[in-house]
Amino acid sequence: MRVEGEVELVVVGGGAAGLAAALKAREEGIEEIWVLDRNERPGGILPQCIHTGFGLHYFGENLTGPEYIHRFIRRAREEGITIKLETMVLRLTKEREVVAVNPSEGLLKLKAGAVILAMGCRERPRGSLLIPGGRPAGIFTAGTAQRLLDLEGYLPGREVVILGSGDVGLIMARRFAMEGVEVKAVVELMPYPGGLGRNVVQCLEDFGIPLLLRRTVTHIHGRERVEAVTVAEVDGEGNPIPGTERKIPCDTLVLSVGLIPENELSEGAGIELDERTGGPFVDEFMRTSLEGFFACGNVVTVFDLVDHVTLTGERAGKSASQYLKGELPPPRRVREVRPGENVRLVVPQRVSGEGPVTFYLRVSRPLREARVEVGGKSFFRKAVRPPEMLTVELGKEEVGGLGGEIPVRVLGKPLG
Amino acid sequence: MEVKELTCVICPLGCRAKVYVEGGRAVGWEHLECKAGEEYVKREVERPLRDFFTVVRVKGGGVLPVRSTGPIPKERLKEAVKELAAVEVEGPVRMGEVVVKNLLGLGVDVVATWELE
Ligand SMILES: Cc1cc2nc3c(=O)[nH]c(=O)nc-3n(C[C@H](O)[C@H](O)[C@H](O)COP(=O)(O)OP(=O)(O)OC[C@H]3O[C@@H](n4cnc5c(N)ncnc54)[C@H](O)[C@@H]3O)c2cc1C
Repeated sequence: MRVEGEVELVVVGGGAAGLAAALKAREEGIEEIWVLDRNERPGGILPQCIHTGFGLHYFGENLTGPEYIHRFIRRAREEGITIKLETMVLRLTKEREVVAVNPSEGLLKLKAGAVILAMGCRERPRGSLLIPGGRPAGIFTAGTAQRLLDLEGYLPGREVVILGSGDVGLIMARRFAMEGVEVKAVVELMPYPGGLGRNVVQCLEDFGIPLLLRRTVTHIHGRERVEAVTVAEVDGEGNPIPGTERKIPCDTLVLSVGLIPENELSEGAGIELDERTGGPFVDEFMRTSLEGFFACGNVVTVFDLVDHVTLTGERAGKSASQYLKGELPPPRRVREVRPGENVRLVVPQRVSGEGPVTFYLRVSRPLREARVEVGGKSFFRKAVRPPEMLTVELGKEEVGGLGGEIPVRVLGKPLG
Repeated sequence: MEVKELTCVICPLGCRAKVYVEGGRAVGWEHLECKAGEEYVKREVERPLRDFFTVVRVKGGGVLPVRSTGPIPKERLKEAVKELAAVEVEGPVRMGEVVVKNLLGLGVDVVATWELE
């Protein structure tokens, strides 16, 4: 069968971002909203993040991932929002055609009034790391290990080494340790951990798991199954130092080496992408470079907190609704945001100056007594670190007074 | 007297504190930059608490995520996991339904964080 039809608003992805966007659009009076998601269940990545720490900002409560997203799924059902599961979006065009496929209806060809991109991010796989060795079983990304353990109920291994100390890797170290799996080490290339201090303490130190900084995995041993990995120290450029190799026996290697916004669809539609974030350029309305297309959540940039993902989703939902009603202010005087000293990335990358703006930015190294400068405005922060996203807000007046370019930089003293 | 090295997790500064411990109590500290940090190291030395969460088996296959309704002493986490490993649930289970009452006598319950048909 082949479904063809017009839909007011199509949301691609039913995770935290997509559901927040859909709910906001409903609140704004949009009647026909379709959320398309390739998974069997709605909610994106959160149903498998069974730890606490979600919702502190948005709900003022300390929730687990499943509890947080369940609130949005329930509301979406109550509001009668159409969520099509097992529905993979294959293609998006400039004319807002959405081509998708699912097992029950076959090919769906929709013409959307507006499209919200909410595809989230994916994990960097082993292939992008080029670690020598065979192709034994027992190598997983952190997200896959999490899914096996906490959605499907399988232990991926007995003795684990984790490469990468971002928050997802740290959280998996704790989950393994709690379930009686021995975590031999967490290996990190950089001189400082990739995740939050709180996670280093509560996920590693609590369980006596060693964090090996300035080191990497240089070889994977084993034919059928992983038997060991070789870990070596690295120099200032991240290259292994000969003679420092050490073999660590293990049956599982978990990779937690970074997340990348999922933007093949956006690219295919001709949406301009930012090299720094890996996501579309957006303005303060979460509007992309292509008319009628909005974006939110981790597809824009990898956020640290789901609370911020939800807020960008609501913004995108509101903007798309305004667009559909012909009420969205056109981008009249677009100003480019220019990341400078110590700024790895900043969102939005463009500002049209019609309202207040929340900037999200990541620094490139840890600093203390930091001054975050946006336009001419300066914000003080006691300390800033790369794993933590900084948010600063400018009011409408302040934004209005800015020049043609908005420089953003962070100054401060080095933090060990 | 015992000396403990602790990293404060209250803010991104992450002060590395030296804490002097006597009879299980923090009696002094160095290298902390604020009051909240002092409260934190005292708690961490005297009674460190942690959120508890895991999954329980579902009859007929699969797992259900659960959590404690409040934090529990850090040193009881593994015991709590063992306790929950013996639990098997059967649907239907509502969101927030109690799976284990009064976990290890600690005065907190373990509840479902997802629902089961
Ligand atoms: C493994 C992992 C663990 C994480 N752990 C934490 C954590 O502990 N704490 C925290 O705050 N954040 C965590 N995050 C970040 C978390 O992803 C975000 O906080 C937030 O949940 C992202 O929401 P999202 O809606 O942007 O993306 P997602 O939740 O990833 O949702 C995107 C959805 O889009 C769907 N999709 C993508 N492409 C298509 C397509 N072509 N067609 C149809 N559907 C599509 C996907 O199936 C998915 O359901 C984690 C991320 C990952 C990857």
